[in-house]
Amino acid sequence: MFDRSNQRPETGAFFARDRQWHPPAYTPGYKTSVLRSPQKALLSLGATLSEITGPVFGHSMLGALDNDLIHNHARPGESAIGERIVVHGRVLDERGRPVRGALLEFWQANAGGRYRHKKETYLAALDPNFGGCGRTITDEDGAYAFRTVRPGAYPWPNGVNDWRPAHIHFSVFGHGFAQRLITQMYFEGDPMIWKCPIVNSIPDRAAIEQLVAPLDWGNTIPMDSRAYKFDIVLRGRRSTLFENRREGN
Amino acid sequence: MVQTLGYLKETPSQTAGPYVHIGLTPNVCDIAGIYPEDLGVAMVGERAAGSRITVTGHVYDGAGTPIKDALIEIWQADAAGLYNSPSETRGTADPHFTGWGRYAVDGASGAFRFETVKPGRVPYPDGRSMAPHISFWIVARGINIGLHTRMYFPDEADANTADPLLARIEHRTRVATLIAAGTPPHYVFDIHLQGEKETVFLDI
Repeated sequence: MFDRSNQRPETGAFFARDRQWHPPAYTPGYKTSVLRSPQKALLSLGATLSEITGPVFGHSMLGALDNDLIHNHARPGESAIGERIVVHGRVLDERGRPVRGALLEFWQANAGGRYRHKKETYLAALDPNFGGCGRTITDEDGAYAFRTVRPGAYPWPNGVNDWRPAHIHFSVFGHGFAQRLITQMYFEGDPMIWKCPIVNSIPDRAAIEQLVAPLDWGNTIPMDSRAYKFDIVLRGRRSTLFENRREGN
Repeated sequence: MVQTLGYLKETPSQTAGPYVHIGLTPNVCDIAGIYPEDLGVAMVGERAAGSRITVTGHVYDGAGTPIKDALIEIWQADAAGLYNSPSETRGTADPHFTGWGRYAVDGASGAFRFETVKPGRVPYPDGRSMAPHISFWIVARGINIGLHTRMYFPDEADANTADPLLARIEHRTRVATLIAAGTPPHYVFDIHLQGEKETVFLDI
């Protein structure tokens, strides 16, 4: 854990979520959303302590290979098959401040586009040395990194011929329960991004581009792995300096 | 020209998809050995204060079918009404209670189950007291952005009547969608994503 003794606790309410930037609940191009989308208006109100607070996770819970998907499910001396990559970036809030101690969990298909899951039926082969999950916690700068193989694209039952572009799923814990976020990272230059009904559930092209990680040539490790950079932005907090407060608070 | 505010946009959400378990509860989907235990499995230590309760239920889609690939997280105060979080400034929460739970619904039945303690009361920003409640967050294939809601307790009728969030619900028949059924200490909280019984979801 970080020493937060010199920092004021974060107690500000979060910026309102821009619901036009996120995908709406009902996106008929993605068929499963049709019966899983609330139809009534969300109840909007300012955050309370129940949303401003959230669980924290310490670095001590991490295993040595938690951020190495090439090796964390591999037999000793072996490694996962596929294009070796490093994914790295920072978790920031909407004010541009680093989010320290954020828990990131990620999961993905293997290099052939096959998930290790009992409900998965795609005919591509499993890789015995690839599990497909990892996790890490951001450092003082909000930075994180993990090693994996580039996941393959795969077909899925939606339209007659829909394919998911290569992607990595991310789950992010900031400091408040209202910041909770799950998203997906895509890869620069992949023409399949723009054909995907799940990607296109996001109405704004600029918002989609926020999910596309560029090839980071500078951080590529010679003779080893290419690097992709993926920064993640969580909801920002209002300054609490002039909030109305009851006497005694 | 004026200065720029320089704010960033929040990263847009994408569905958790059908294989969320690989990432968040790998031991449930037969990926054993990477993590010793899935996060959020145990909320309550032996020495935790407060009365033990269970919360069970299902998540139903708009056709009334239980969803079998949902993942639910809950977040709540301890028995004294304190959150186990650095942003809790009113006191120190029970160290034997995490306040946070995660559950992948059963792949065959869609049932979920949390073992926790009954939360204490937490103040609303204006100082009024909120009724005891548990925050829920639901993700699944077909859910494009995680759904926030709350569960309140059927044995807290007076507190529920005075609760500032419940009071904001315009259509009073919908208040009941946030109040669990069951008999203490076993509560049942069914979540309906759509339809006549649609749960009140929060933009909070």
